[in-house]
Amino acid sequence: MTNTYKNVYIENTATIAGIYEHEGPLAKYFDKTYTKDLYFGEKSWEKAEIKLLKDTISLILDKTNKKDSDVNLIISGDLQNQIASSDYAIREFDIPFLGIYNACATSSEAMIIGATFIENKSAKNCIVSTVSHNTSAEKQYRNPTEYGTPKPETATFTTTGGAALLLTNKRTKISITASTVGKIIDKGVKDVNHMGAVMAPAAADTIYKHLKDLDRNPDYYDLIITGDLGEYGKKILVNYLKKVYKLDISKNYDDCGTMIYNTKKQAVLAGGSGPSCSALTLCSYILKEMQEGRLKKVLYVPTGALFSPTMYFQKESLPAIAHAVSLEVAE
Amino acid sequence: MVIIMSDEQYQKFIKKYTPKPKKLINAITTFVAGGLVGLSSEILLELYEFWFNLPRKESGVLVILTLIVIASILTALGVFDICVTKLKSALIIPITGFAHSITSAALEYRTEGLVLGIGANIFKLAGTVILYGTVAVYIFGIIRLLIIGG
Repeated sequence: MTNTYKNVYIENTATIAGIYEHEGPLAKYFDKTYTKDLYFGEKSWEKAEIKLLKDTISLILDKTNKKDSDVNLIISGDLQNQIASSDYAIREFDIPFLGIYNACATSSEAMIIGATFIENKSAKNCIVSTVSHNTSAEKQYRNPTEYGTPKPETATFTTTGGAALLLTNKRTKISITASTVGKIIDKGVKDVNHMGAVMAPAAADTIYKHLKDLDRNPDYYDLIITGDLGEYGKKILVNYLKKVYKLDISKNYDDCGTMIYNTKKQAVLAGGSGPSCSALTLCSYILKEMQEGRLKKVLYVPTGALFSPTMYFQKESLPAIAHAVSLEVAE
Repeated sequence: MVIIMSDEQYQKFIKKYTPKPKKLINAITTFVAGGLVGLSSEILLELYEFWFNLPRKESGVLVILTLIVIASILTALGVFDICVTKLKSALIIPITGFAHSITSAALEYRTEGLVLGIGANIFKLAGTVILYGTVAVYIFGIIRLLIIGG
C-alpha cells in the first residue's frame, strides 16, 4: 500500500546516543551522547532506556521551543515487553500517545501513522520517536548481559540511543512525500544470529512495491537506506533484488547498521540493529546531508524482525517486515 | 517478471553470502585454551595436595571451588564474556562456564529483587545442566551398578 503526501514536513529532530555509537563514524552528528556507562545514572538497564527516551523527547521540545500542549500527538515504540520504555517515558508528558511495535521498523511505522494524521488534517504536528538500549535488548531477547557465548559473524549489535522527529504541516526544507506499508515476509529462515537474511526479502518486497506503485526507478533516489541488515544482509538484499525483481540498487544503496558503526574496527560483528539504529542514522547524518543539499531524495526503509523468543523456542521461523518512507528536499 | 524464489531456494541463495563459521580455528582455540585451563587445574590439584596435605579427592573439590570463585569474580568484573568471545568454548565447557552462567543471571536479575529476581532466575541457564546432569547421574549410576556392581 503506497500513499503520497503533500503537506507533511520534518520540523526538527533530536538524537541521544550511547558510548558505542559515540565511538562510531556518526558521533559528530548526534545532539548528545552519554558516554560514562550504559546506566545513565539509573539503577537498571530498563530504567536507563526509559531515561534515554524521556531525555530525547524533552530535547526535541527544547529544540523546537514547544510546550507539551503545543504537540498534538506522540507516536512511539521500542523493543521491551509491552513497549514499556515508551509507556513509562511518555507518562511524564502531557501529550496524547499512540504506542506501536514493529521491532526495528518502528520508526517508519510511526512516521507513516504520523504523516497520515497530518495529511488528513487530524493533527497539526506530531512527535514520532523510538528508543533501544544494547543491554536491555540483550536481557529481553537473548541471555543475561554478562553471559558470554561465541557468536557468528552474521550476528548484529543492538544500538543504544533515542531518536525523535517532529512532523508538522508547516512548510520546512524536508518533506515526507510518500510511504509504502510493507507485508510480513517469512522465507523460513530460523537463524536468530542472521537477521540480515531474515529481513532482506521484506526490504526487497517493500522497495519493489514502492518503486512500482509510484512508477519510479531506483535511481530516482540519491540514496536508498535500509535499517539494520548488516554487512551480509546488505549483500543478500542487493543480489536478491537483482535476481528476483531485476532491480539494481548497488550504486545508491547503504544500510544504517553498517553506517552507524565502523564494522571493521568496532566489536559489533555484522553491524548495528534495533529500532534506534536506523532512526539515529536518519535523524542525525541523513537529514543533515539533506539540510545541506548533498542529498535530495532519500528512500528510508527500516527493517524489522517480528520475532518472539517464545515462538522461536517453539521452532517457528522468523517473520520480517519493512516500511518505506520517501523523503525529499522541498523545491 | 518477478521470479518466485521458494523458501528452500532462498536458504541456498543466502548461503553464498554468508561467511562459513571458522570451525577448525575455533576448535583449535578451544582445544588449546581449554587444555590450559585443565593443565592449570592439574597443577593446582598437586599444589593443594602438597600445601594442605590433603587427599586427592578433597584437593579436587578445592580446585573446583577455586575455578568457580575466579570465574564468578571475572564475570562480575565484566571480563569473562570478553574472554569467551576470544577463547570460544574453552571457558564455557569446564566448571567455569557453569559458574559464569549462574553469576551472570544473578547479576542481571538483581534489579527485580532477591525473591522474584535473583531467586527465580539464577538457574535460568544452569537449570538445564542441573536437571539433566542429575538425571544422567542416576541413569549411568544404575548402569554401572548393573554391570560392575557399584
